[in-house]
Amino acid sequence: MILLEDVRHRYGQDAVLDLPHFSVAQGEHRLVLGLSGSGKTTLLHILAGLLRPSEGRVVVAGEELTALKGDALDRFRGQHIGIVFQQLHLFPTLTVEQNLLLAPYMAGLPQDAGRAHEVLRSLDVAEKVNAYPHELSVGQRQRVAIARAVMNRPRLLLADEPTSSLDDVRAGQVLTLLREQAEAYDATLLVATHDARITSAFGDYLALDEASHNHATSEPSQP
Amino acid sequence: MNLFKLSASYLRQRTFSSVLNVLILALGIATIVVLLLVSDRVEQNLTRNAQGIDLVVGAKGSPLQLILSAVYHIDSPTGNIPVAEAEALIEDPVVAEAIPLALGDSYRGYRIVGTTHAYAAHYGGEVERGELWSGTMKVTMGAAVASETGLDIGDTFFSAHGLSEGGHSHEEHPIEVVGVFAETGTVLDRLILTSIETVWDVHGVHSDDDHDHDEEHAHDEEGHEHDGDHAHDDDHSHDEEHSHDHDGDDHSHEGEHGHDDDHSHDDQHDHGEDEATEDDATPVLAGSASGPPGSTGQTASAPAQEYTAVLIRYASPLAAVSFPRYVNTQTDLQAAAPAFETARLFDLLGVGIDAVRAFGLILVLVAVLSVFVALINALKERRYDLAMMRALGAPRRRLMAHVLLEGLLLASLGAFLGLVLGHLAAAVLGGAVEQAQGMALGGFSFDPRVLYVVALALVAGVVAALIPAFQAYRTDIARVLAQG
Repeated sequence: MILLEDVRHRYGQDAVLDLPHFSVAQGEHRLVLGLSGSGKTTLLHILAGLLRPSEGRVVVAGEELTALKGDALDRFRGQHIGIVFQQLHLFPTLTVEQNLLLAPYMAGLPQDAGRAHEVLRSLDVAEKVNAYPHELSVGQRQRVAIARAVMNRPRLLLADEPTSSLDDVRAGQVLTLLREQAEAYDATLLVATHDARITSAFGDYLALDEASHNHATSEPSQP
Repeated sequence: MNLFKLSASYLRQRTFSSVLNVLILALGIATIVVLLLVSDRVEQNLTRNAQGIDLVVGAKGSPLQLILSAVYHIDSPTGNIPVAEAEALIEDPVVAEAIPLALGDSYRGYRIVGTTHAYAAHYGGEVERGELWSGTMKVTMGAAVASETGLDIGDTFFSAHGLSEGGHSHEEHPIEVVGVFAETGTVLDRLILTSIETVWDVHGVHSDDDHDHDEEHAHDEEGHEHDGDHAHDDDHSHDEEHSHDHDGDDHSHEGEHGHDDDHSHDDQHDHGEDEATEDDATPVLAGSASGPPGSTGQTASAPAQEYTAVLIRYASPLAAVSFPRYVNTQTDLQAAAPAFETARLFDLLGVGIDAVRAFGLILVLVAVLSVFVALINALKERRYDLAMMRALGAPRRRLMAHVLLEGLLLASLGAFLGLVLGHLAAAVLGGAVEQAQGMALGGFSFDPRVLYVVALALVAGVVAALIPAFQAYRTDIARVLAQG
């Protein structure tokens, strides 16, 4: 589960995020909807422990992130939180397998090539294990990025604009993959997007509004 | 996966920049290594070859030239000195040992040194094959001369005037090889040793050709008629004491035999003079140990009876205070101390050595800057990768280690290549010096001081990577990723 209480974040004088309360139960999938600049990336970074909020308390998988510091925070992120960025950020100089093994290495976990192959198989890109990122199609790269995010069997899977640059068919496929993988590890899935096409896939969403930055809403409101 | 593989993968990615940086560093390191090895070798070489020679007495001129010609055999002599004057000095009680040298000829660039057996002993020369020279026109060659000219025992050759190849050759006088020295690692390896009389003989012909003295001719005629022993008897009548000295000398009769050989080879009428010079020379050679020359009158009359230099070892180090000054002020001779002159030479070379060292250090500095710029630029391109490492759970210091490792990898490659290049260049340079200067620098074995140079390279790598590494350490991951 994730829990945010009275979380506020501002850059200088400008408040970019103001969440009195937000929680998602373990294993649930939630959409964070908002235009660019609405603070959804900030929210994701706070949840990932990449950014410390100016105020408030953040709990992820039973651990109070806001109380963790330095190496402990890095280790917790590496071991329990998987992140898929919009730009994927695969390491261009490493093969697919090396990219995947970097996840346990950086998190201080044992490296298991068998595990990497298994994840690649589940995402249907097992044959690309020794290819370099530039040799892959856009879809394959997306799969590899997801594979890396779930290498360490995370409790929380975060995806930032995973579909914005994709066509309808592929956007649907990526969402399906993310949801399948999250289910496989009983991970909480949070997808931040401004892509209205995918709201229908989620029963529930948090809408962030750049005008007020003052939402506590996580109510299901079907369009 | 590990940091090493990761850093190496980035170096491979920007091959061109990496190779360039490695090369710049390698050139700097190689320059320093070459300097270290060569200057060290030259110094060792100079020191080793001057060991046990406290003073060199020769003709007036440049003291450095005297040392270079008489000790290292890489320069022309300053001139010759009359035997009588040299012998007078040698008698001085401060002189423990004196080795006379007569120079002037060479064979294919290898100097022929007329001297006594004491010279070979001084450099620890042991005969490997054949025997030591005796009499005239017999030589014992240094190891390098034998291997490079291909001459062997029993072969004959003609000496050439001067030290360079292709000088005027004395084709009237075939010289026979009778022995080869074992390698000594000294200047001896590149010399052809013979008796002083051989040098005098070869040059005696010259003085004959230049100015024909009837008197000498007559004498020659006489010598020609008799064989060696007869000529010897001739001298007997001249000087009793002289002949005794001659008998006391270790190569008296073999000398005659050598002379006989010469006789049969050569129809020229200069043999009488050979005889005369030899007989005169004999007491002189012994003189360093046993006494004054026999007949000074005869010595003075023979134009070829000169030494080029005398190597002197003092009986007491105190002699260094007054003896050289005495020689330089009270006689027509010049005295020069090898230790002093080589120190002066190194002072002169010092500026050049410092300049080369500075050049090497500047190259290393340029390499540091180049690696620094390369890493800064690379990290700019890689800021997402660095942020992604953090997102995957890497602590800050691992990013720092990653960048430092990249600098260190470059430096290690540069150091390794620099060492290889440096040793190769030193070997090539050593060979060139050997060819051009006749100075054997010997092989370049591992010098532990190159480890300091390696350390310098590694420090350079770390220094170059320090600021980029600190930048990586401070990466604001949220901001970088938000830009993406």
